[in-house]
Amino acid sequence: MLTEGNGLSAGGGEITADDLRRQVREFLAAHDPATTERLEFVRARFDAGLAWVHYPRGLGGQGLPRILQKVVDAEFAVANAPTNRPERNGIGLGMAAPTILAYGSDEQKRRWLRPLWTGEEIWCQLFSEPGAGSDLANLATRAVRDGDRWIVNGQKVWTSSAHIARRALLVTRTDPDQPKHKGLTYFGVDMTAPGVEVRPLRQATGEAEFNEVFLTDVAIPDADRIGEVGQGWQVSMATLMNERVALGAFTLPREGGAIGISAKTWREHPELRTPGLHERLLRLWAQAEVSRLASERLRQQLASGQPGPEGSGAKLVFARLNQEITDFELELLGAQGLRYGDWSMHRPDGADFYGRDAGYRFLRSKGNSIEGGTSEILRNIVAERVLGLPPDIRVDKDKPWKDLPR
Amino acid sequence: MEGPAAVSQQGETTTQPRVSAVASDNAANQAGTGTHAGADRAAALGTRLPDMTYSDQETELRSAVRSVLADKAAWPAVLARTETPQTYDTGLWRTLAAEIGCAGLLVPEPLGGAGASFREAAVVAEEIGRALAPVPFLGSAVIATVALLSAAAAGSAEEAGASGPAATLIAGLAAGTTTVALAVPFAMMPGSRIERTVRVGPPPDHGSAAYQLTGAVAGVADALPADVLLVPADGVPFGLYVVPVADSGVTVAPVTSLDMTRQLADISLAEASATRIAAGPAAEQAIAAALRAGAAMLAAEQLGLADQALEVTVAYVKQRQAFGRPVGSFQAIKHRLADLWVSVVQARAASRYAAACLADEDADAQVAIALAKATCSDTALLAGQEMVQLHGGIGFTWEHPAHQYLKRAKADSIALGTADRHRASLAALVDLPRAPVS
Repeated sequence: MLTEGNGLSAGGGEITADDLRRQVREFLAAHDPATTERLEFVRARFDAGLAWVHYPRGLGGQGLPRILQKVVDAEFAVANAPTNRPERNGIGLGMAAPTILAYGSDEQKRRWLRPLWTGEEIWCQLFSEPGAGSDLANLATRAVRDGDRWIVNGQKVWTSSAHIARRALLVTRTDPDQPKHKGLTYFGVDMTAPGVEVRPLRQATGEAEFNEVFLTDVAIPDADRIGEVGQGWQVSMATLMNERVALGAFTLPREGGAIGISAKTWREHPELRTPGLHERLLRLWAQAEVSRLASERLRQQLASGQPGPEGSGAKLVFARLNQEITDFELELLGAQGLRYGDWSMHRPDGADFYGRDAGYRFLRSKGNSIEGGTSEILRNIVAERVLGLPPDIRVDKDKPWKDLPR
Repeated sequence: MEGPAAVSQQGETTTQPRVSAVASDNAANQAGTGTHAGADRAAALGTRLPDMTYSDQETELRSAVRSVLADKAAWPAVLARTETPQTYDTGLWRTLAAEIGCAGLLVPEPLGGAGASFREAAVVAEEIGRALAPVPFLGSAVIATVALLSAAAAGSAEEAGASGPAATLIAGLAAGTTTVALAVPFAMMPGSRIERTVRVGPPPDHGSAAYQLTGAVAGVADALPADVLLVPADGVPFGLYVVPVADSGVTVAPVTSLDMTRQLADISLAEASATRIAAGPAAEQAIAAALRAGAAMLAAEQLGLADQALEVTVAYVKQRQAFGRPVGSFQAIKHRLADLWVSVVQARAASRYAAACLADEDADAQVAIALAKATCSDTALLAGQEMVQLHGGIGFTWEHPAHQYLKRAKADSIALGTADRHRASLAALVDLPRAPVS
């Protein structure tokens, strides 16, 4: 959800935005951004407490309100300073770091957060399995204790960045005799450890954005366990809280999304227009524009300190609209829509809605209502958490996991 | 597919200086040719978005209106009134006018009003929609008021001066002592051609300001409680005329309406004496501005209606038991209500954007109003339908409010331009021209 987690650590009341600007200027004076090597620069920035000011002192921050980070980022941007390349480590910065901060040991925080922030260690997330997607708590990857280490066997799937990751967030089953939510344990795992095998997972669009990860007798030191034994579900929820509805930093301009591509085609190709498509285009254009207004309104509410539940619906709207618009686009293109850019297997950095052809957009958008929470699960969340409707009757909550049908 | 799901979307932020609303109208009318200039303009509008949240003062205003309506427009009373000769609650309207100043909300302070903006008016409209309150807020305090203010600003000194008929009427409106209705069909799309169904009689003699109007206007909203009608009438030139309902030549006949919480009237005029307040283009502009503002405030009413229908339905499915459990625990019910909630969230953004654009006289106002009326029409109708269906049998009875929400939602979706007409109007406004006729 849209909470400003970890934002208000104590002890920062004295430092103002101006103080931070001064700190950054002093830092820049000591580390010339034009001549300092990138890694050296970002390591020094972390050590100076200017990485993420809302994190504690000694861990890249100063225990300040999260809002002040903007001030620091703006100063570094103006100075054209080298960055920690956050776009390469979205899961690390967005999900792993808050989880480690909330549940990691002091030793883990010291060991993991610095290389995470500097981008020296990319993180990925080993959660979903072939038999556990929406029902994540049904996962079957087993971790068995062996002295001061754990031996892990299982298979994970839909893992972004696994092929470039040094570490992973891993949730495993440690006690099959407990009900499904209670027998789980969470780890930070070294992706270079023996027994970890990453394979590309080819998807409907032809290429492989994601991976399958096979874990065969992987030994994980108990020192890399995050949270208590049996606390894995709670820790996983903390991770996923940071996943849903990642709002962008700014509102797109009008026609800035997929609708803009179709609107441009419509304007440039009168020969493709039909009355039925015109009606659909106007309907989709209006919905896309209103959804843009709703995102901006949500941003305004958050900025004025009136956080509402509206964000829970944003992904539902995005997924549906992106599918309808890309479906429309392919039909509008007609004969051209029968051709496809490239079915060959390759490894792109991620989804690319604007640099590829219409057929790719049509297919890739089908993943939007599955990834990051299916639309059906999101409707349950809206119904139960926003509208307060009663939960579904559950037949699996209190039985031992090993006795559930699968 | 682990990891943040939001697709990174980047785009150039274009800015363009604000142009006046009139210039924007012209530009929009000339668009539709598929030019890149038109596309650039379409993209540039709506770049700097106004505040769409509710201010503290607006929230206070909402509480005040809601409290009056809870007291004086509870559901059984609203239903009972639809079967009486007085379907409008003039007592409630006087209370809203006197205690909260709802009648003169949009009238500037120097003219005796509250000098509030469309943002505040939209909040009042939301509450009226929520309660289905049978009061002429939309017709008198929004549509007629905007028409009079526009006529007063544009008309000649004789017609619109400080002591002219428009100024006198505005003072009465603001005080809540006069109720005014614009005599056009409630279904009329803003900006569409005005049907010439009323004709102006012989020009006035020297020493008399009175014209004589003859003709009929069918299906007018908020005319039944009106003291004064503003009548568009054909003559040389076309003009907008003030006609007192008490005149012997005026008949205001109630219509059995789909929505009896806003009962329509058929108006007929037989040599009714009238005073002109605007002529020619000034009259056309006054009517178009009034109906555009009306469409935006009706969208706010629809938002309030939808929000209340959702709230009542959610409360019902939580307590109604079937198959040994609350029906609200079934996904077939939950998912429909989740989708309705999402639809209300979208409608609120569209409605607030339209209110803000009107308040700020933003060049994007016409786009905003079309978006709001189209979106809120669909959402309110969906909410009315879901309210009936998810209540099951009780939702189809006369005693339960669901049918009245459905009827008002359907009537409102036709009023002041259907969703389809408003979407179609976007074609020219944002340069998405229709298909060539083959």
